[in-house]
Amino acid sequence: MKPAEYYQRDRTLHPPAYAPDYKTSVSRSPRLPLISLQNSASEITGPVFGHRDIDPLDNDLVRNFPHGGDPVGERIILHGRVLDENARPVPKTLVEIWQANASGRYRHRKDTYLGALDPNFGGCGRTLTDDNGNYFFRTIKPGAYPWRNWVNSWRPAHIHVSVFGSAFAQRLITQLYFEGDPLIPHCPIVKTIPDPEAIEQLIARLDLNATIPLDAITYKFDIVLRGRRSTLFENRLEGN
Amino acid sequence: MPQKLDYLRETASQTAGPYVHIGLAPKDAGFEIYGQELGKDIAGPNAAGERIRVEGCVLDGMGSPVRDVLLEVWQANAAGHYAHPEGGGAVEDGFRGWGRVISDFETGEWGFDTIKPGAVMGRGGRQMAPHLNFWIVSRGINIGLNTRMYFTDEESANAADPVLNLIEWEHRRATLIAARAMRDGIPVYRFDIRLQGDDETVFFDI
Repeated sequence: MKPAEYYQRDRTLHPPAYAPDYKTSVSRSPRLPLISLQNSASEITGPVFGHRDIDPLDNDLVRNFPHGGDPVGERIILHGRVLDENARPVPKTLVEIWQANASGRYRHRKDTYLGALDPNFGGCGRTLTDDNGNYFFRTIKPGAYPWRNWVNSWRPAHIHVSVFGSAFAQRLITQLYFEGDPLIPHCPIVKTIPDPEAIEQLIARLDLNATIPLDAITYKFDIVLRGRRSTLFENRLEGN
Repeated sequence: MPQKLDYLRETASQTAGPYVHIGLAPKDAGFEIYGQELGKDIAGPNAAGERIRVEGCVLDGMGSPVRDVLLEVWQANAAGHYAHPEGGGAVEDGFRGWGRVISDFETGEWGFDTIKPGAVMGRGGRQMAPHLNFWIVSRGINIGLNTRMYFTDEESANAADPVLNLIEWEHRRATLIAARAMRDGIPVYRFDIRLQGDDETVFFDI
């Protein structure tokens, strides 16, 4: 197959670098325009991961940091598919997540929130999608927590998600939110995204059919990465 | 109404936040959980080419170091091949060409060891000068920033590089060229990244 480019990223659905209501972005946002590059080998390639890189238990946040018991909180399954903009599954790609515990506290040397740490909860997981792009994690529903933006700013419950895809051009970090959370429309970080539909796409849906009865509630969250041009029309990435 | 196109839309980015280490570098967050953390060994033991170190600091618009930044690097081997099915050719056993590094919580300094990449074939048969591809995330960065690091000792290759030459303002090209110094017999390249302000680093929409 001839190498093909990825579709141009639609910057109108992503948050701009400078979003003054999210105060930290003010001094960390480039002010000059990005230089647009046509894809070369440096962008259409990216790291490849395999099952030797991770352990089978890495996707079970209920059990991957055991210190004598299970963590407290609402047991959930998080599942979904990684697809590209052509709706094709992205197989064998690395998905990494991290989150606060049920109290809204992160296991991090810099988090000083008074919500309690949970001795049995680390708060991170990772997995590879299967051949159809499916992934799943078992975890605890994270709690909301306060943060210093305005004096009274609260983050909605969320899980951070990092995905690789097949190319460095597809690299993405985002956050998933939970259906029905009243904090979502108040969050300055959510509202960095200018497009209401793009925000809705970050809200995981309760998936009752996929719950484990008497055990865990399930949420579904599909992730869409940049799609790739078909090679129907030569775009002369290589050669002359 | 015309027919509908059935493309999906890319998932929107959100900031990696201040606790990105928990997910991507948990030892640095303060706990051990994984059998191995990924991205610690970029080149592996068998890679040909010059062993180098790359160091730098990410600076915000006030000139202060960003002390909670995470950088990923993606590079070719000394032959100019990426470790990928479409990477242009074979790579050495153990060469992944991808790394992940965080800044020091006190100083904001970061650094990693790797090998110097070779020139990579670019579009239309034009060679690209040796370079490292970076992707930068942190609290306050809403969507990962892409940039490239070039090598000061590749003057003629840099002068012919199609990407550097795309930057209309010639003086800005210098923001992507790392200075070289020797330390304990190892070349150390210094690559400071300025998010904003005078000498703002060139970032790319790839």
